[in-house]
Amino acid sequence: MKAPAFDYIKVATVAEACAALVQHGPDARLLAGGQSLLPAMNLRLASPSVLIDIGRVHGLDGIEVRDGKLRIGALVRHETALRDAMIANHVPLLTEALRHVAHPAIRARGTIGGNLAHADPASELPACMLALSAVIEVTSPSGTRHVAAEDFFVGLFQTVLLPDEMLTAVEIPLPAPAWFFQEIARRSGDYAIVGLAASGTRLAFFSVADRPVLRQSTAALDLDPPSDLQATGAMRRHLANVLRDRALVAFGGRT
Amino acid sequence: MKIALTVNGETIRTEVEPRVHLGDFLREHLSLTGTHLGCEHGVCGACTVRIDGNLARACLVLAVQADGCDVQTIEGLSDSGEIADLQQAFHERNALQCGFCTPGMLIAAQDLLLRNPDPDRDTIREHLSGNYCRCTGYHAIVDAVMTTAKGRRGD
Repeated sequence: MKAPAFDYIKVATVAEACAALVQHGPDARLLAGGQSLLPAMNLRLASPSVLIDIGRVHGLDGIEVRDGKLRIGALVRHETALRDAMIANHVPLLTEALRHVAHPAIRARGTIGGNLAHADPASELPACMLALSAVIEVTSPSGTRHVAAEDFFVGLFQTVLLPDEMLTAVEIPLPAPAWFFQEIARRSGDYAIVGLAASGTRLAFFSVADRPVLRQSTAALDLDPPSDLQATGAMRRHLANVLRDRALVAFGGRT
Repeated sequence: MKIALTVNGETIRTEVEPRVHLGDFLREHLSLTGTHLGCEHGVCGACTVRIDGNLARACLVLAVQADGCDVQTIEGLSDSGEIADLQQAFHERNALQCGFCTPGMLIAAQDLLLRNPDPDRDTIREHLSGNYCRCTGYHAIVDAVMTTAKGRRGD
């Protein structure tokens, strides 16, 4: 239950972080809040040879509304976002979802960018970003590109991030439509057995596949969730339908 | 790797391997064994400390990440008298049996009380949901936190 040995580099800028990624190759990992990476290392599920600590990089912890978008910097911590009045005002879906992310001590350290880049299919935030039509800002030595959230998550803990790229912000278009968020978990703070983040007609389910799954509220629900120790695939499919029906009732539509 | 941090008000300058997490650093390097290590992957809450005024899992923070930070452990909170009433309430209400979870429970409960002087039972349970007590003493723990909140409000 102790992490294997690794080298540690602390960087001060995004450019330094990208340069370190280029220099150290695929065995290097970025360390932000560390609330997913360090447990994985303690459990020896991950053993990067180099950790590049971006925790003190300046300019990535801002929350602002500009040009019709809510922009959240990659290093904004969950607890900060949860308490942010601007987020609560403009995107209450996100505030509600953040309440369900782990526990206060984890939220106080873990970052929004780290959560998204980790691409856990059971995590609330990737699904929220799909529902909200968010755009993810990615920076590398060759510049900045923007990726739609629905193109960003490509598999179990897999994103389209290239080895020299880092996630630097996420942007949510405003105004955000009517929303609904619920997850079914055994205990507060546990991973969801099934969850749903909905924004307008966009329903994003989590814990139902190897990545968050986006469906239109008007379409039939064609999910094929996996079975594990928490629930069978059939139970997950049932619960996903229950959550969808609740969302449609909340939106005042058909049941 | 060289680090400098403040632990319970005292400046510490030392050298530490990158793989050492803050929990081990506090216990093994500074002999502050009040920070307990249970699961070491962020689930049990026994290693809860304060970093720059916010809750943190000492097992999920590397000592090198705490460079430049202000760390407070149960020893600091206890010695300063900050949580004396909370400790007394835990004692009176039998809110601990083996005591393994108690340092984490106290720090997490104090974090809530600082933010919310009048929490209801559900709020307390929610805030302590990341702290496991395997002696199943939750009811008494919630009672103790309620009592402390009431006492601080002067009700």
